[in-house]
Amino acid sequence: MNNSVGNTARLLGAGLRALLVLTVICGVIYPLAVTGVAQALFNNKANGSEVKDGGKVVGSELIGQRYDLPLKKGQETPDPDLKWFQPRPSNGLAVNSENTRYKLIISGATNLAGDSGTMKKGDKEVCDPKAEEGLCAQVRAARDAVIKDNSTADFKVRAADIPAEAVTSSGSGLDPHISPDYADLQVHRVAEKNGLDAEQVEKLVDDHTDGRVLGFMGEPRVNVLKLNIALKHLVAEKG
Amino acid sequence: MSPVLAGVLQLLALIAALALAYRPLGDYMAKVYSSDKHLRVEKWIYKGIGANPNTEMRWPAYLRGVLAFSAAGVLFLYLLQRLQGSLPGSLGFKAIDPDQAFNTATSFVANTNWQSYYGEQAMGHVVQTGGLAVQNFVSAAVGIAVAVALVRGFARSRTGELGNFWADLVRGVVRILIPISVIGAIVLVACGAIQNFSGIHEVGQFMGGEQQWNGGAVASQEVIKELGTNGGGYFNANSAHPFENPNPISNLFEIFLILVIPFALTRTFGKMVGSIKQGYAILATMATIWLGFIALMMWTEFHHGGPAFDLAGGAMEGKETRFGIGGSAIFSVSTTLTSTGAVNSFHSSNTGFGGGLDLLGMQLGEIAPGGTGSGLYGMLIMAIIAVFIAGLMVGRTPEYLGKKIGTREIKFAACYILVTPALVLGFTGASMALSTPKDSMLNSGAHGFSEILYAFTSGANNNGSAFAGLSADTQWFNTTIGLAMLLGRFLPMVFVLALAGSLAEQKPIPKTAGTLRTEKPLFTGLLVGTIMIITGLTYFPALALGPLAEGLAS
Repeated sequence: MNNSVGNTARLLGAGLRALLVLTVICGVIYPLAVTGVAQALFNNKANGSEVKDGGKVVGSELIGQRYDLPLKKGQETPDPDLKWFQPRPSNGLAVNSENTRYKLIISGATNLAGDSGTMKKGDKEVCDPKAEEGLCAQVRAARDAVIKDNSTADFKVRAADIPAEAVTSSGSGLDPHISPDYADLQVHRVAEKNGLDAEQVEKLVDDHTDGRVLGFMGEPRVNVLKLNIALKHLVAEKG
Repeated sequence: MSPVLAGVLQLLALIAALALAYRPLGDYMAKVYSSDKHLRVEKWIYKGIGANPNTEMRWPAYLRGVLAFSAAGVLFLYLLQRLQGSLPGSLGFKAIDPDQAFNTATSFVANTNWQSYYGEQAMGHVVQTGGLAVQNFVSAAVGIAVAVALVRGFARSRTGELGNFWADLVRGVVRILIPISVIGAIVLVACGAIQNFSGIHEVGQFMGGEQQWNGGAVASQEVIKELGTNGGGYFNANSAHPFENPNPISNLFEIFLILVIPFALTRTFGKMVGSIKQGYAILATMATIWLGFIALMMWTEFHHGGPAFDLAGGAMEGKETRFGIGGSAIFSVSTTLTSTGAVNSFHSSNTGFGGGLDLLGMQLGEIAPGGTGSGLYGMLIMAIIAVFIAGLMVGRTPEYLGKKIGTREIKFAACYILVTPALVLGFTGASMALSTPKDSMLNSGAHGFSEILYAFTSGANNNGSAFAGLSADTQWFNTTIGLAMLLGRFLPMVFVLALAGSLAEQKPIPKTAGTLRTEKPLFTGLLVGTIMIITGLTYFPALALGPLAEGLAS
């Protein structure tokens, strides 16, 4: 009995020593070496791909932001500032219990299912027009807002023209991109609000559209932060 | 170019890259585990451990090594989290609660990486980099070691000796995982993944005000998270987070990392048992299932059945613009058919059938191609069941790779395949029967049931992905999923090593005209069928209540 306890202890000791040695290699030397190389070769990227405008850091190329008006009294969520191109919805960003919401960014998705907020119609599930919660309600609200915000006197947005990503939240909640289709949809509104020609803004979108990598990897996309920075410069030139 | 075509081209590019790596990596790994030589750094490590790497171990000794090393891992990781509040480099985060610390410790040691915590809100540099990421390396190396021990069981005769656990563990880390990770991490940083040790810091925003980020050694953890089929994200959003997976190139690269070792191990297997063709037959089985699942996933996600997706015009909820549906579907299948569980899109917001495919992929036992090591040994167990069934059909004593599959062997194999279903269905049933666990569900109805079924499927199969609507940070789920992960990882290993020992003791039987040709396509077909039938019989009732009910209603 004593012998087997002793054996077990010896074995656990060996396990622990192995773990500590491997921790030094995999948990200290390896990450420090990689960090050294990364900081030397790709300094900006290793530190979050910060984007500067007028000498000031205005965010990361990779992390989405909100472009909202200041919060009015009694409001819980601010209204979007329609002068700027708007990102995708981000309903999944978790409420941060340790800090206030959005102070420390907590990435996350809504995790809502395609059949949340539905009702039965015959033997089919369909979106319940009266639902106030669930994915159906979120998509409907986002769609209505896109139509309302982007329709101008001579440009009417139809529901069928809205791309899916414009009315859904991303996986990270921090998606820095929108599709070129959604950017195009916003062109008329942005032009009107900023006193620019629609063609000018359209060209801006085209210039800031990234195609698929090598023609087939990923999806075409527009970086909202970079587009808005360019828009700001365009407006400044005009003014 | 249509998104569907782009998705197919990405798949082809991925297959081409995997095919290029298959031979060199598979042969290299065979050499690593067959060589008599020790590198100088390895000798230092053995000295540190106090183990002689040249002692041959029989299966009980090998198993004791696995268990002792893993027990030390659980203990160390648990203490690290409990002491986080007093450790330097913790970014001000507090100690993790006991139930969550237990859950996380077992999760990372069991190669599962189920996470009931928010990475950016709970874990500082020391726990992430010095604790969690280390287990990402060593738990993967343990998996490969056990697979190699089983392969030696087939390859060796008239001996009970399976190799030396410490040598297999250290070689896996030093010669395979570290070199690939160093290169991979630099590639990811070049794409935009972050790699720094800055704490929580404020960054200016376009509209004024600040965003608060935490920095960290993300790229170095991301690469081993995929390569070791671990899956535990640095951030809550896992590989959907732009700092973990910044662009379409990093996305394909990460999928490649997930798949490269599990597929290449079939070559290692073929090499070590002295018949490359036997390895091809196993590879063909894995590849058939993997491709089939990707085709189905692409179909259902592009077709976007589901009321809310119909309204939106596409199943983009929980998916990133830069990856699109194609890049998300390939990732989703690859992560659930291996034991990875990293996600670049959120599975809970997949279509009903898409979520069902994720579930079914894990329920197959994660063998197509499966986790690092665990995929190979899981598939070899299925191969044993398949030859047994074939043997019953023709009335011959079944044999595989020149070894007789007798009562003893088939008992071990049967025990192996019973462990995870018992855990999954038992714990899911208990959660549904009790009153409080159901409060954790985010969605109601069929999808709510799927959330719980998914959680235990993911835990017991050591996957770690989630239908993340489930609020799993409760004592019930932390404890039961923790147990499911622990038992789902180590009980099967007991049976695998016992089986390996039993095989290694046998004398080889010569091939005759009546021997089932296990290197032929007919056997691959039989194996695919066996896997589908066993999984189907086990899980169909549960799947019918969850994803099938959801998918058929829309």
